[in-house]
Amino acid sequence: MSQTNVKRPPMGGRGPGRGPAPVEKAQDFKGTTKKLAKEYLAKYKVAIAIVLIFAVGSTIFTIVGPKILGNATTEIYNGIVSKLSGGTGIDFSKIATILLTLLGLYVISAIFSFIQGFVMTGVSQKITYRLRNDIVAKINRLPMHYFDKKTHGEVLSIITNDIDTVSQNLNQSITQIITSICTIIGILIMMFSISWTMTLISLFILPITAVIVKIVVGKSQKYFASQQEYLGHVNGQVEEIYGGHTIVKAFNGEEQAIKEFETANDTLYHSAWKSQFLSGLIHPVMNFVGNVGYVAVAILGGYLAIKGRITVGNIQSFIQYNKQFTQPINQIAQVSSMLQSMVAAAERVFIFLEEKEEVKDVKKPVSTEGLKGNVTFEHVQFGYDDDKVIINDFNATVKDGQKIAIVGPTGAGKTTMVKLLMRFYDVTKGAILIDGYNIKDFNRGELRKMFGMVLQDTWLFNGTIKENIKYGNPKATDNEVIEAAKAAHVHHFIKTLPKSYDMVIGEESANISAGQKQLMTIARVILTDPKILILDEATSSIDTRTEQQIQAAMDNLMKGRTSFIIAHRLSTIKNADLILVMDHGDIVEQGTHKELLEKDGFYAKLYNSQFEECEDEIE
Amino acid sequence: MEVQVHGKSTIVNLIPRFYDVTGGELRIDGVNIKEVPQKELRAKIGFVPQKGMLFSGTIASNIKYGNPEASEEQMKFAARIAQAEEFINNKEETYDSPISQGGTNVSGGQKQRLSIARAIAIDPEIFVFDDSFSALDLKTDVNLRNALAKETKNKTVIIVAQRISTILNADQIIVLEEGKMVGKGTHEELMKSCEPYREIALSQLGEEELE
Repeated sequence: MSQTNVKRPPMGGRGPGRGPAPVEKAQDFKGTTKKLAKEYLAKYKVAIAIVLIFAVGSTIFTIVGPKILGNATTEIYNGIVSKLSGGTGIDFSKIATILLTLLGLYVISAIFSFIQGFVMTGVSQKITYRLRNDIVAKINRLPMHYFDKKTHGEVLSIITNDIDTVSQNLNQSITQIITSICTIIGILIMMFSISWTMTLISLFILPITAVIVKIVVGKSQKYFASQQEYLGHVNGQVEEIYGGHTIVKAFNGEEQAIKEFETANDTLYHSAWKSQFLSGLIHPVMNFVGNVGYVAVAILGGYLAIKGRITVGNIQSFIQYNKQFTQPINQIAQVSSMLQSMVAAAERVFIFLEEKEEVKDVKKPVSTEGLKGNVTFEHVQFGYDDDKVIINDFNATVKDGQKIAIVGPTGAGKTTMVKLLMRFYDVTKGAILIDGYNIKDFNRGELRKMFGMVLQDTWLFNGTIKENIKYGNPKATDNEVIEAAKAAHVHHFIKTLPKSYDMVIGEESANISAGQKQLMTIARVILTDPKILILDEATSSIDTRTEQQIQAAMDNLMKGRTSFIIAHRLSTIKNADLILVMDHGDIVEQGTHKELLEKDGFYAKLYNSQFEECEDEIE
Repeated sequence: MEVQVHGKSTIVNLIPRFYDVTGGELRIDGVNIKEVPQKELRAKIGFVPQKGMLFSGTIASNIKYGNPEASEEQMKFAARIAQAEEFINNKEETYDSPISQGGTNVSGGQKQRLSIARAIAIDPEIFVFDDSFSALDLKTDVNLRNALAKETKNKTVIIVAQRISTILNADQIIVLEEGKMVGKGTHEELMKSCEPYREIALSQLGEEELE
């Protein structure tokens, strides 16, 4: 399991160890870059070569521009000089030719950069398309325990933010690196070809700028970091206070909340002010130094022109080059941070894609057809972590059609059994058999088709009621849907809705109660006709009438099927063919209600403490 | 006084004046609550919401949220009543154990118990439990109610409940259906006189236990 220690942007909150980093850095820059190049870019070799050629071409044509423009200036200058000395004056036709050539060059350059952009966008979009597909496919192949460790937000952020970063930066950084390097080399050549003394002066300016920028950035970085950190705090606080609005109000916590917020906000203000001011300072300072260099170059150029060593046009083109020179250097600095964050994002994507997957399905899977639903647990041992076994040696035989109640105090690990049955997790030792076949010998998909689950948390998606009921069995006819709804006692309710079965359910439909939603999920399960059922009896937040309906619907559902029930209701427990008593994740007792009471063990105690009082009170 | 079934959370929200009544009056000790400063009113109410809601910080900071001046003793007492002491003491840092944002690092039942402890810690006059026992298993529920009953002898307790067993001992049970009161009385009285209540009780406890 490779835990990522990549620092993420701050999500807020004051949890321990949540230090935001100002600049994201990949842990393995080289490796990730290689991977990105080999696995994703390599496929587009030709396209990238085209991008390269056209980017270089486009830059070259742009670079030549000022030199030619300089020629025009020289021509005008010469013309004026000759006119003053009584000559022919300016040769307009020559200037026109020069300018037309220039125009031609710029047009070609524009076309080149257009082609380059077109191809590059295609490549980067295709790569992100593939990355997205790969990730979504991966999600479905990952074992459940991966998601126990990660929050939804983390996984979502990989799909949305990280992929976005890769896509955008890939597109821009590659072309920008090429053009920037080309421009720098090209400009240097042009500058040296005009005058090496002038070039040396303008080059001398560079390290000065670099040092100044470095000092300012170094200072502002510190404030940037604390700005980021406190932005996280402020956001986290707002989120929390808003989320716990009722509590804040009920406990008169408003003042305290405001005070805490103000402290954080104050720190944020100060660090933001400083970081913004300092980073704002960079530009004017750089401009100033640049201008000083500009003046120096102009003076020297004038001197050289008087000496006749260069032409007037040369000065003009040189100054133009000089101005252009800093731009690609800035660009490279920008691109390098872009590359950094791209590679960091790509790294997270790759780490995700390389997560260990669920054990592949077996080669010769056993068919589930005709199976009845006898379930045998043979010496089952299991732990979420290898060093922490929570189920030690569990044995039980369940005949088809039986009802098995799983009981135990809160947090006893009742859902663990369910997760093992459906192979969300695999047992560490021993085996679970269905009709004599090890569940590892089935394809996961087939195996899960044998199960129907009704959980406390209902899951309905954005679609019509009919689509929701048909989810597990898309081929079902309308009549079958209605029959299922009737068996689930929800048909009448659906009939009262504005569009009945065609009403669209939003994820949080306000007009449908939690209970009705649960009834719909029961209808969904009925329609898939599973052999084995897993039910989680509701404990909360459903009004009693609906609860009765749910009970009746569940009774309908359980007829003739093996059912595992996470039970809270006394009647269910008493009627169960087998009770599994769980405590601290382990199955501590099993048997029928009567047997277990006679045994006078954990179950008897649990039963007495939970129910005796109610009965006493009623008597 | 205790409440049952439909529209109940709404009523509970009216007591701490999260909302004001549109018509009529809500009086505490004869005083219309609109005339009491919100702050004073709320300091007298120990409110426990349906979903245990915690803030980032520590277990101690959460229990003491409404009463930052509470002593160590008071805090531990509140935790004991709320049946939270055991799991807190099982943690390495006990009361200084960190609570993450939204309380995601404790279980639902633990969250609810801490919310209850928070309400006890302000030593209120009136307790309002908005269906606050649903995430607890029956055993913890029973223990908590027993402990609370001793503590709250002279206090008003308003409980919104799904489970009949939670409110069997109530002095007064109000049965609501679709926002209207359909029955009022003790468990015994309601079993005789109120059909909706009888239905609910039967469905939950079963015929034999009620007889």
